[in-house]
Amino acid sequence: MGNEQVPLLEVRNIKKDFFGNQVLSDINFTLKEGEVLGFCGENGAGKSTLMKILFGMDVIRETGGYEGDILINGEKMNFSTPFDAIHAGIGMVHQEFSLIPGFTATENILLNREPRKGNIVAEIFGDRLTTLNYKEMKEKADAAIKKMGVEISADMVINQMPVGHKQFTEIARELSKDELKLLILDEPTAVLTEKEAEALLDSIRGMSRRGIAVIFITHRLHEILSVCDKVVVMRDGLVVKDIPAKDTSVPEITRWMVGRNVDNEAAKEEPVKKKGEAKVIMSIQKLWVDMPGETVRNVSLDVEEGEILGIGGLAGQGKLGIPNGIMGLYEAGGKVIFDGKEIPLNNPRKCLDASLAFVSEDRRGVGLLLDESLEWNVAFPAMQIQNKFLKKYLGGLVQWRDEQAIRQVTEKYIDELQIKCMGSKQSAKELSGGNQQKVCLAKAFALEPKFLFVSEPTRGIDVGAKALVLNALKKFNRESGVTVVMISSELEELRQTCDRIAIVSGGRIAGILPAAQPSEEFGLLMVSQVR
Amino acid sequence: MNKNKVSTKPSRSIGELLRDNSVPLMFILICAVCIPLSGFSPSYLLDEIITRMGRNVFLILSLLIPIMAGMGLNFGMTLGAMAGEIGLILASDWQIVGIPGMVLAMIISIPISMFLGFVCGTILNMAKGREMVTSYIISYFINGIYQLVVLYLMGSIIPIIHNSIKLPRGYGIRNTVSLLEMRQKLDNLIPLTIGGVKIPVATFIVIGLLCVFIIWFSKTKLGQDMRAVGQDMQVAKDAGINVEKTRIISIIISTVLAGFGMVIYLQNMGNLATYSAHSQIGMFCIAALLVGGASVDKASIGNVFLGVILFHLMFIVAPTAGAKITGDSMIGEYFRVFVSYAVITVALVMYETKKRKAKSRAGEQLAADQAAEEELSEEQ
Repeated sequence: MGNEQVPLLEVRNIKKDFFGNQVLSDINFTLKEGEVLGFCGENGAGKSTLMKILFGMDVIRETGGYEGDILINGEKMNFSTPFDAIHAGIGMVHQEFSLIPGFTATENILLNREPRKGNIVAEIFGDRLTTLNYKEMKEKADAAIKKMGVEISADMVINQMPVGHKQFTEIARELSKDELKLLILDEPTAVLTEKEAEALLDSIRGMSRRGIAVIFITHRLHEILSVCDKVVVMRDGLVVKDIPAKDTSVPEITRWMVGRNVDNEAAKEEPVKKKGEAKVIMSIQKLWVDMPGETVRNVSLDVEEGEILGIGGLAGQGKLGIPNGIMGLYEAGGKVIFDGKEIPLNNPRKCLDASLAFVSEDRRGVGLLLDESLEWNVAFPAMQIQNKFLKKYLGGLVQWRDEQAIRQVTEKYIDELQIKCMGSKQSAKELSGGNQQKVCLAKAFALEPKFLFVSEPTRGIDVGAKALVLNALKKFNRESGVTVVMISSELEELRQTCDRIAIVSGGRIAGILPAAQPSEEFGLLMVSQVR
Repeated sequence: MNKNKVSTKPSRSIGELLRDNSVPLMFILICAVCIPLSGFSPSYLLDEIITRMGRNVFLILSLLIPIMAGMGLNFGMTLGAMAGEIGLILASDWQIVGIPGMVLAMIISIPISMFLGFVCGTILNMAKGREMVTSYIISYFINGIYQLVVLYLMGSIIPIIHNSIKLPRGYGIRNTVSLLEMRQKLDNLIPLTIGGVKIPVATFIVIGLLCVFIIWFSKTKLGQDMRAVGQDMQVAKDAGINVEKTRIISIIISTVLAGFGMVIYLQNMGNLATYSAHSQIGMFCIAALLVGGASVDKASIGNVFLGVILFHLMFIVAPTAGAKITGDSMIGEYFRVFVSYAVITVALVMYETKKRKAKSRAGEQLAADQAAEEELSEEQ
């Protein structure tokens, strides 16, 4: 670290908004050669966006670019594509694997950078007809694997590898690039076993000794403390702390992460019924769900009648898998007993018939009929499932839609939820995100269910709409006595709305706490079993 | 060549092996039943099979490269076949006969094939994930243009000298163009007969060269890119491979090869059915490839040869066997068409089920993990 004056990477006053929604404001930090920087923060704190900016991802440019400067070795950079970033010496290992499944580790490590041999045909028809130099490929791949310091087989085909090895293949690919100066690892240990994670940490120390700077994003805070020189904590688009790793501890970082005003407005009124008095309306036993990226493992959970139960946790830990699995949208196994009867899994219709309703987190894909009117959107499921809003003629032989009843109920909900629209005939796709979310709720309310799953009800909507949606849910629960299970990434929102909160970590329930508990307790549960 | 073996675990059960190869096995069974019934001598069957291999293998090999690039079965090979036919029509009008005529026909077909392949590839890039049905429909679309050119433009705008291939009205090409001067010229170039079985040595040499080309090609940078694009377009794109261009090139190569293949096919037949020769060719080639055990995303040179042998063996023996059983010789022709479509349908359905199976395996794994975990906790 001879050159103290010019850091390898300097980030100056980075700002970024997505269509007026400020996600990053005034980000500043520096990174020296060979330094390891730990990055932590809750979901939505802005870590991913910042990394996307650093790596010149297309999505940033498409959404209007960013403000502020990125300097590498004191030189101002302006990446228009990830290839520019790679050229400047930045490597990134993404959360999702970016590997060709049928190729060997060697082929993947050197993908599109294969050493080649010339031949006559290539002289005539161009460079792409040169043949691959398999011997040199093997040598280069082996060298990269050796550099990493973790043993993986270079000849193994990716789709036969355990997950950890795929992760290492990705890292080796970045290390095989000669120009690499800065490596960004986005939650690399999330898919690793304890032993593999330990090997990775060793490998990071090795890279740092070799002069490669590393930005290490993880939810496993103890890893940060064991390997990083410096910790940067982000919250709500701000850097709240930038501190040498040796001066801090896990509880401290957790507090910074979930922070806000720690003892705030949490659970307000007393729960309707005291714990133990209420009967269990839904009992989930040994549930597994195969939802890509949200795998659920062995979850057992009792939901009491009339309560609002929150399910929280970090992204990718499986909280979304629970409602999606129970409602039959992804393959699931285990046992779900609702109101004394077992509900067959993998059969959405049976769930709906049992008077369950689900407001999906994917409102454009699953939640709405985008091209249809609000009336249709609100009334459609009730019409399909419960034969509501139908007029019967000839003794039920012919059924007509009861347009008037449909309009009435739609207008009632437009009023109640303050859906901003031009009338009940407007098509759903013309509404803003927040109002679309309200339509999804109206749709579920129109079913008059006994039990309601609400998944990420406030994702991507503004503060005003957020309060309204949450209040509508609360009102629906208290007035109609409907049991609500609300899944959300935002802890504060759960604490304001729910009676009890279950935290999912590593696909399992890490614990269930009353909403009034302090944020740190939840924070610790969130990272407890991350894997 | 294409090593996209999907989860070939070392401990593959016999059941799985049977299921993976069910189509070829089914055909082996059909042939085993029909051969004794038909009463043909082994040497006759061998002679027929060898002839048909020489005739068809080149065409079928042209399907391999798009499969490698993940574009499925290229029904658009018909486009190349049409280009080859145009080449042959012109070459025979100019009265260039024998091997030079064939070579000329191939040379004429190259620019036409390249253009059509480019058009087809560009359209298929707009319909990613639905390449097969799109290329199938494109083949009908281009067939219309082919008919326009051959039926109206040839003789009126494109000069056609000889009346023998022109329609009596003065423009347009006759229903049949005789290729008598070219007939089996390549097959007989190096005459060789073993035990009464005639072997088209020169044709086989050409086919052998193409096989070598395909194997060599899969080791080039372009071949490697195609395999990468075929397996995951997004990953390939992120690595800096030009996905669209790579896909277009694979269709162009396939179309050009199909054009050559059609010339070889027709020199063996000895005449050209101007308006129908190409219409079923894509279907039969694809059916033969699938019979050989290929699937939508995986095919090898071995599949091609096995497929040709089994598929055509059935064609040879089924009519006679059918006639022996039912007393009606038409049944064989009917059988031929019916089976081709059936094979394609079955293979496509099996491909989808296999994909779904692989998906549900992840769920089974989760359930198994959970069970193991419980056992462990009970022991403690």
